[in-house]
Amino acid sequence: MKSLKIGRKILAIVLLTGVSTSASAQMMINGAGATFPYPIYSKWFDEYAKVDPSVRFNYQSIGSGGGQKQILAQTVDFGASDGPMSDDNLAKAPGKLLHIPTVAGADVLAYNLPGNPALKFDADTIAGIFLGQIKKWNDPKITALNPGVTLPDQEIVVVHRSDGSGTTYIWTDYLSKISPEWKTKVGTNTSVNWPTGVGGKGNEGVAGQIKQTPGAVGYVELIYAVQNKMPYAEIKNAAGEFVKPTLESVTAALAAAEIPDDFRFSMTNSPGRDAYPIAGATWLLVYQQQKDAAKGKKLVEFLKWSATDGEKMAKDLQYAPLPESVQQRVLKRIDEIKM
Amino acid sequence: MEIAIPPAVAPDDPRSVARAMAPPSRFGDKAFEWLTLTMAMAVVVLVILTGWQLWLGSSLAIQKFGFHFLTTSTWDPVAEQFGALPFIYGTLVSSLIALVIAVPLSIATAVYLTELAPLWIRQPLVSLIEMLAAIPSVILGLWGIFVMIPWLRDYPFPWLKRVFGWTPFFSGPIYGTSMLAGGIIIAIMILPIITSVSREILRSVPDLQREAAYALGATRWEVTRIAVLSYARKGLFGAVILGLGRALGETMAVTMVIGNTPQIAASLFKSGYTLASVIANEFTEATTDIYLEALFEIGLVLFGVTILVNLIAQLLLKTMTTTTSATRAVQ
Repeated sequence: MKSLKIGRKILAIVLLTGVSTSASAQMMINGAGATFPYPIYSKWFDEYAKVDPSVRFNYQSIGSGGGQKQILAQTVDFGASDGPMSDDNLAKAPGKLLHIPTVAGADVLAYNLPGNPALKFDADTIAGIFLGQIKKWNDPKITALNPGVTLPDQEIVVVHRSDGSGTTYIWTDYLSKISPEWKTKVGTNTSVNWPTGVGGKGNEGVAGQIKQTPGAVGYVELIYAVQNKMPYAEIKNAAGEFVKPTLESVTAALAAAEIPDDFRFSMTNSPGRDAYPIAGATWLLVYQQQKDAAKGKKLVEFLKWSATDGEKMAKDLQYAPLPESVQQRVLKRIDEIKM
Repeated sequence: MEIAIPPAVAPDDPRSVARAMAPPSRFGDKAFEWLTLTMAMAVVVLVILTGWQLWLGSSLAIQKFGFHFLTTSTWDPVAEQFGALPFIYGTLVSSLIALVIAVPLSIATAVYLTELAPLWIRQPLVSLIEMLAAIPSVILGLWGIFVMIPWLRDYPFPWLKRVFGWTPFFSGPIYGTSMLAGGIIIAIMILPIITSVSREILRSVPDLQREAAYALGATRWEVTRIAVLSYARKGLFGAVILGLGRALGETMAVTMVIGNTPQIAASLFKSGYTLASVIANEFTEATTDIYLEALFEIGLVLFGVTILVNLIAQLLLKTMTTTTSATRAVQ
């Protein structure tokens, strides 16, 4: 008897939802791309449904490569990428593609040492470690930066991402800027030919390997280090200050970074005094000339909302919001979208 | 040769009644034949289409790198230089390690389950082994990082290094993530399939075989070795091939423990990389055409390696069975 009632209830729910979706013909805006900003994008789409119930977003976090491919093929209404598009790829676009920065994140240098002391690093040391030239924890270069900390005579095990990722893009972009040797030998990309170290899959894989391997050092997104309670280093920035990675120091890096008119910028090694040097933004990719006027109008409304109200939600989800100055420039750019 | 004609049926025999009725329609038989033929052909078409699609998807890379793709070791997405050799090596070696570990274990388990185990223990053991097959690959991978690797690093690996450290295979520093760890996790994953298939094969060995051997005064070991294992050899080989097929394509769990470094190193403590892993790792973020096509070509290579390994196995099986029948004929 009871099961029958439950069955009826389920039936009622199914019917109701069926009716409600068919009753309101919603506009569907499709997007695809980067995985790093997926948590905040899905939060935005959820919240925006309350602001404008007539439009629904469908975002597939298939990776930046997929996002760029799909927007070029015009199979989605907007793309998303953790790195700016290359000139080659932009040239393939059938129309002018705009880069709209949304939020930024930081890569931190996490490590596993007995007692987990607080450590400081500078550009030279990080490059040395990742090029495989600094091999031991008690290397003079590391001890000189950390007076008062006794570092063990232990081998450094470098852990990097094995999957292509925006996190790696930011990390290698930073290394390329501060080390000419890195730039010529390795370069900047979502995955590179690593001179040393072992690869872990995803932030969780790298975090796991660092936690499990004594003497390990690697880079993960700030939020992973915070959530996993891993120690991470203060890093000397371009102004010569040691800065702890926080949302504020990332926003400070964005504010001080040189941002060109097309928004294809890199914010690593930013010159600001409070700027954390290893950070990067993530972008939405939209065509300046929208094909479908009704859809384009809704998309513009959403982009404006995200650049203003949406930005306020960033900190709760551990993303650094855009500074005021950049926000204004982004809003101006959104106004250039034509229907 | 003359065909024996069955004796004429007496008129009161029930069979004669059946003969008097209209002949049954053959339509059902034909339809069934066609249906199964279509299904069988669908598999063939699917394999060909997959190969064709991989070929199309990687045409640019094939043109650019040619045969060098298979013989060079650089994998540099920045400079757009791609070579698959370390991945081919990693796939073959990790699968080989897996087979070396899993085959004796699985076959011994299957023998125990069919020949020796008391009846009450068989079903629970079989269920447990089948449960092992149901563990998702990514879960095994996480278990690999957090449980297996630290344990391997602290106990078995140092022991291996102490005892076999003089060979190149177990030398060098121990980090945990390694080709050997990759092989071990694959071994765990292919163990259930080899065990279940082997068990079915051993069960299908007719009891007559065993009874005959016992009648000749063979011990239990001799019965198992001569009457059962030798009889079932071909089938067991097939079970191993099934396991190998899985091993070559295993992706998620291996990726998490193998270290993902495209290098060819003699030491099994060094990290490696497999064909399947590099596709899983890099496909989503491959932005340039040639990079994506190189990954497609990796897929094509994996496809080729799998087919090639299977062909070699079939050949081995053939020579094995012909030599045994030859020796039998001599005897």
